[in-house]
Amino acid sequence: MKTWDAIVVGAGHNGLVNACYLQRAGLDVLVVEKNKWIGGAAVSRSLTPGFLYSNCSYVCSLFRPEIMRDLDLPRFGLQVISYEGGAVFTRDGDYLANYRDHHAHRREFARFSKKDAEAYDRYARDVTRQCRFIQPLLMRTAPDPTSLKPRDIGELVYLARKFAGLGAREMADTMRFWTMSISDFLDEYFETDVIKANLSLSGIIGTALGPMSPGTAYVLLHHYMGEVDGSVGAWGYARGGMGAVTQALADSFRASGGTIRTQAEVEEILVKKGQAAGVVLSDGEEIHGRMVISNADVKRTFLKLVDERELPEIFLRRVRNFRMRGSSGKLNIALDSMPEFPALPPDSPCVRADLHFTDTVERMERAYDDWKAGRWSADPFLDVVIPTTLDPTMAPPGKHFMSVFVQYCPPKVEGREWTDADRDAFAETVISQIVDYSPGFRDRIVHMEVRTPRELEAEVGLTEGNIFQGELTFDQLLFNRPVPGYAQYRSPIGGLYICGSSTHPGGGVMGAPGRNAALEILRDLKRGTSHMSPAHDVI
Amino acid sequence: MNADMTVGTKPTEIAHRLALQPHFRTLRLGTPFQPRVEALSSRQEWYDWAGYKAPSVLWDEELEYFAIRSQAAVFDISPMVKYRIEGPDAEGFLDRLTLRDVTKLRPGRVHYTAWCDDDGHVLDDGTLFRLSDTRFRLCCQERHLPWLLDSAIGFGVEIEEETEEIAALALQGPTSWSVLEAAGCPGTERLKPFDIGTFAHEGEEVTISRTGFTGDLGYEIFVNAGHALSLWDRLFEAGKLFGIRAIGYAALNRARIEAGFIVANADFVTAEHALRSDRVRMPDAIGLGFMVDLKKGYFNGRRAIEKSRANGGPAQLLVGLEIEGNVPAEHAIVYHNAKREVGLVSAAIWSPTAKRNIAIASLDRRYGRPGTADLWVEIYAMRELQYIKMMKRAKIVPRPFIKLPRRIATPPGRF
Amino acid sequence: MTSSDETRWDAVVIGGGHNGLVCAAFLGRVGRKVLVLEAEEQIGGAGRTHEFAPGFRVSMAHLLNRLHPEVVKALELEKHGLDLSPAHQVPTVALSSEGKPLILTGAYGEGLEGADASEKQAWAEVRAQLFRYADILKPLLARRPPSLDGMDLAASSAWAMTGLSLKRLGREDMRDFLRVLLMNVADFCDEGLQDDRLKGLLAFDAVLGSHLGPRSPTSLLGLYYRLAGELGGAPGAQLVPAGGTGAVMAAVRKAAEAAGVTIRTSAVAAKVFVEKGRATGVMLDSGEDIRAGKVISALNPATTFLELVGPQHLDTGFVRRVSNIRMKGDAAKLHLALERIPAFNGLPQQYRNARLVIASSTDYVERAFNPAKHGEFSPEPAMEITLPSIGDPSLAPTGASVLSATIQYAPYLLKEGWVAGKPKLLEAVLSVLERHAPGIRKTILHSELLTPADIEARYRMPGGHWHHGELQADQMLMSRPVFGAEGYHTPLPGLFLAGSGSHPGGGIFGVPGMNAARRVLGGRA
Repeated sequence: MKTWDAIVVGAGHNGLVNACYLQRAGLDVLVVEKNKWIGGAAVSRSLTPGFLYSNCSYVCSLFRPEIMRDLDLPRFGLQVISYEGGAVFTRDGDYLANYRDHHAHRREFARFSKKDAEAYDRYARDVTRQCRFIQPLLMRTAPDPTSLKPRDIGELVYLARKFAGLGAREMADTMRFWTMSISDFLDEYFETDVIKANLSLSGIIGTALGPMSPGTAYVLLHHYMGEVDGSVGAWGYARGGMGAVTQALADSFRASGGTIRTQAEVEEILVKKGQAAGVVLSDGEEIHGRMVISNADVKRTFLKLVDERELPEIFLRRVRNFRMRGSSGKLNIALDSMPEFPALPPDSPCVRADLHFTDTVERMERAYDDWKAGRWSADPFLDVVIPTTLDPTMAPPGKHFMSVFVQYCPPKVEGREWTDADRDAFAETVISQIVDYSPGFRDRIVHMEVRTPRELEAEVGLTEGNIFQGELTFDQLLFNRPVPGYAQYRSPIGGLYICGSSTHPGGGVMGAPGRNAALEILRDLKRGTSHMSPAHDVI
Repeated sequence: MNADMTVGTKPTEIAHRLALQPHFRTLRLGTPFQPRVEALSSRQEWYDWAGYKAPSVLWDEELEYFAIRSQAAVFDISPMVKYRIEGPDAEGFLDRLTLRDVTKLRPGRVHYTAWCDDDGHVLDDGTLFRLSDTRFRLCCQERHLPWLLDSAIGFGVEIEEETEEIAALALQGPTSWSVLEAAGCPGTERLKPFDIGTFAHEGEEVTISRTGFTGDLGYEIFVNAGHALSLWDRLFEAGKLFGIRAIGYAALNRARIEAGFIVANADFVTAEHALRSDRVRMPDAIGLGFMVDLKKGYFNGRRAIEKSRANGGPAQLLVGLEIEGNVPAEHAIVYHNAKREVGLVSAAIWSPTAKRNIAIASLDRRYGRPGTADLWVEIYAMRELQYIKMMKRAKIVPRPFIKLPRRIATPPGRF
Repeated sequence: MTSSDETRWDAVVIGGGHNGLVCAAFLGRVGRKVLVLEAEEQIGGAGRTHEFAPGFRVSMAHLLNRLHPEVVKALELEKHGLDLSPAHQVPTVALSSEGKPLILTGAYGEGLEGADASEKQAWAEVRAQLFRYADILKPLLARRPPSLDGMDLAASSAWAMTGLSLKRLGREDMRDFLRVLLMNVADFCDEGLQDDRLKGLLAFDAVLGSHLGPRSPTSLLGLYYRLAGELGGAPGAQLVPAGGTGAVMAAVRKAAEAAGVTIRTSAVAAKVFVEKGRATGVMLDSGEDIRAGKVISALNPATTFLELVGPQHLDTGFVRRVSNIRMKGDAAKLHLALERIPAFNGLPQQYRNARLVIASSTDYVERAFNPAKHGEFSPEPAMEITLPSIGDPSLAPTGASVLSATIQYAPYLLKEGWVAGKPKLLEAVLSVLERHAPGIRKTILHSELLTPADIEARYRMPGGHWHHGELQADQMLMSRPVFGAEGYHTPLPGLFLAGSGSHPGGGIFGVPGMNAARRVLGGRA
């Protein structure tokens, strides 16, 4: 029976990135995926004829360009297109748009406040400075601060140097920035509610935090670190939906000789003498490998797939304490025509961007208060995009796919499991908010897929439906991600690695965890890594 | 939708906001003079000046330059950012904000000034007009409303941004006063450099100052946007016999380099724009040290500037260079002893008036003093798809590179 | 002008609260000629004891749970009448409206009564861990915040000591320390404990006096701050001082006077003189002019810079940062004059002197917090109650009782305004009290509810915030009160800060005052 060099559990984007790099290093790699399709949460599926949905993740900005280039993804069909700036609708019948043009952006803000309009430049500069500081850390393994190994010490020195390079005032600013709430941070620059609401959304997307929670200013960075062709902070669509990312990865992987098996659900990771030895599938089939790399989240990997007796108690305790409460839901909607938004001028570019209906920070925070109490938000925060405005291939001509990301949505409803009736009521809450701003919207709906944390967990395998495979709070970042002592993609079991978003630097379709994990694995194997580009310079 | 959705917002405010929505269709605004400038723009070469559509060249760069030095050139400076600053504490506010002593600025006078952040790094330079005891106008390149408002904490002063409301023209060149005389602007002959006067136009008062960015005889005229076009017509009608000509920025830029003026974010990076913490500059580093008035009370950045001076001053100095040959050294690296890199040229031209190859450069302090020997400039001139690389000798010379007596003659002659 | 202009003071301290007095005393002890200016008739700031109903006296700050041992020792406060004897130390009781209360005896729960055995065991471990970690932060809380200038971190003793104690923890403990440092208290409690009452109590203590809920990231820092305090060598201990907190203030005053400090009450500072870029004295609102070599303000930093000094002597960026200090208080204070000692549900007689906390679970506290974010208060506020007249019967007429309660959360900027809101808050608080002590309402002779707006007016504390600025991670260490004034010196030569707005923060701690004195003596201009 064949023994693979490495078996990757889960064909999500990080699993595939990891597999690609290992295969290209000369290993014989097998990827096993439980679903019929590949992609994990970066997937495009057709659930109704003629329409393609980006079922889970829906924007592509964080995906590292170094990886696209290393793995030749453009050759395998990946094309990322920038999108327009977006708008927040206000309850008084107006809207605030984000235009790509610098001066139009300022004039738009000036409609609400001249001071805020002119404050935006300083705000953008300060955030960009923080991004420039943090960006190089994405593609580096987090050092273990308790370690005396030269590499860890070297990395700590690197961090300290970068920090020291900031100058005293910026160091103080950085320390504040990392611990502030996005709401408090924005209060230091802006006076207008809708402008603050507009800018705070990146501080909360995907997190189980409200805009008034300390630490959300950092989350903002996490979303701003994306870039589309060198334009930092830009967001884009993958042509053909987010599945195009994983499809290109899979094609690249196969082209370099890798093997993918779908409908192969891993039931257990085999451990022999403290060493990973392969996987057992749900039908009982055993597949042997010298190494197993799990793309599943840290809880699923160590609490479900591995026999607990193989793991030290302190490690298990920390894994159990790892928090990954789902906080979002998603509606994927097929529309038979372009919805109308009467507040927008007919030629407004904003329909080609993300639309929001939450015009104050207070409404966002109240939406979060509902989640804390175990309910979905009665007045939720929506991030609405219509990718077919820029990528007409996803729906028949004249028809549209709309992705509605919904925050907040709890993993359980007031402590009990979700029911289908809950799910429908949740969808109705969302639709009725859209209808407030787009009369007749309901009649355009051809098909709708509703995803709560329950569906995310059942289908994609994300524990509690957390889209980042673990919350982005201080205690779960850098050397604490996923758990202290094992932030370097390794585990207490020899030959068992993790490469998903539970690891540094975290979630979003970024690919960095998968790539960084491959780097550590190849180091352990003492193999060359010349096929892996270092992080792009930030000059 | 909630019933409380419009609470706190006045209907007039909403109407005002709604009326402004369509701005996205015009990414580059026209100034109030746009119809006239547009009509004269045979070249249709525009650049983006702070969100306005501004001409680089209208007809011919060289001829436009000579209009500045030989006739009367008209340059539309409406995109300059303008703030109205008014109130009982306006003087104290500006004295704390800017480097120079505002208590010495009399009503009816202008001065060229700059302002710094806490660390003494220059936020911008600009001109401060004292229109009355309690009313000022600040003109500059960058936008500073939050900084101005935060600086106003504790001062009885109101600040309003009025860039779009106020149109402005620079009328520069030897015959500029003759144009004014012919246009019937009495009193302008008495204006000394940096004086402010007024004249009537269509029942309104137009503000005129003897200021400019060319080092020549010249004026700047400020008018409410609604009267801009008729003022333009009045000047051009009167200017027919004096060679009046509208010009673009390319020509103005030559004149300003000859006059030794610096431009924010071209010759130095302003403190609020710098992403890299080593790019910011103190006044002493960009030749604005003369503005720093330590005899007055506290002003923004004072402690930092004094500390820097106590430690030997800034790491860089901005200088004028005269360079061998006639090839402009724009963005060239400056060397000492032909091998040690000591600075960078930020602006350079062949000066038609001085007949010299001139440049503005920032040099490491050690090499930035007059008399520094052995300075070299490495010029890469692209000629027919090949770089011609030259090492040329340079020497530090005082700015301005040209000094024209007519700039200060009062009353001005019919030059 | 009066006689004082012929006197040349080495230092004038503005504000006769505990920090101002401590600072003055430290300076006086080394021979400096110091004048303290107190605006009110009484010294002590929020620590003074006042009569709020005929025969009933109380202090705004009703508990003592810190007061740095170096302050106590160096100023010989016990000699000057401070009584820290364990006899006055009190336990904490987590009240429950239905079930039995949970009682933490000894210094912050050395013993736990009313919990099952497994929870007692769990608590012993969690408590030990909390104290272990609080110990690591102690040196940082006692010293001047490390300087970022020139990155001389290694030279900074506080960092070095923290680093050393971290190393002593052992590897796994150190990892956990770094993990939980900025965590929220709710998640932390959920990791180690089961009992809702205990978790509610810890959550309450972590967020008391701040605009955070138990689920807000970083809220665990508040608990460390609480546990880093010690009294009489007992970390985490608390006491209800005899004579009210005013008696503590009296001891500090005596120490200051013994050190030769002059104290003037009813002397309101109106301006700090600035001459040639230096602070040179203080002008009183009477017009009187007081000159001094150093001016030390123990007032709120915003008051100090924006009102006393004035923005014209400062840089705009600095003024901007000072204006951005968050200092909207969230705690109200209730004083009740009661006919008799109230009976709380299930509270044993011997624990009536305890600190009684109404915070039945972390969710209870979080729900109390939610409305505060939006300028409202919860119909079910959380609170900490003491009956000071139990330990010191002189505070109330015979047989009667004083009830003193700190109410969380009562937002400074109440949307409906405090004129309309105050009676509603009082009603909410009293009905919660009634649930926990049935019949108490009938025994109320007089009530005094101080909203943050009242506290602001009465104690001259902007925002009614007893820390003179939110004590949250982004307003700590070198960002306290703001970068540029973090080391007790300020951008204005000759002016120093000594109040709770400076590192490490408020409570009757005395460290800002002590450190400011050291900074002044350390030769900083």
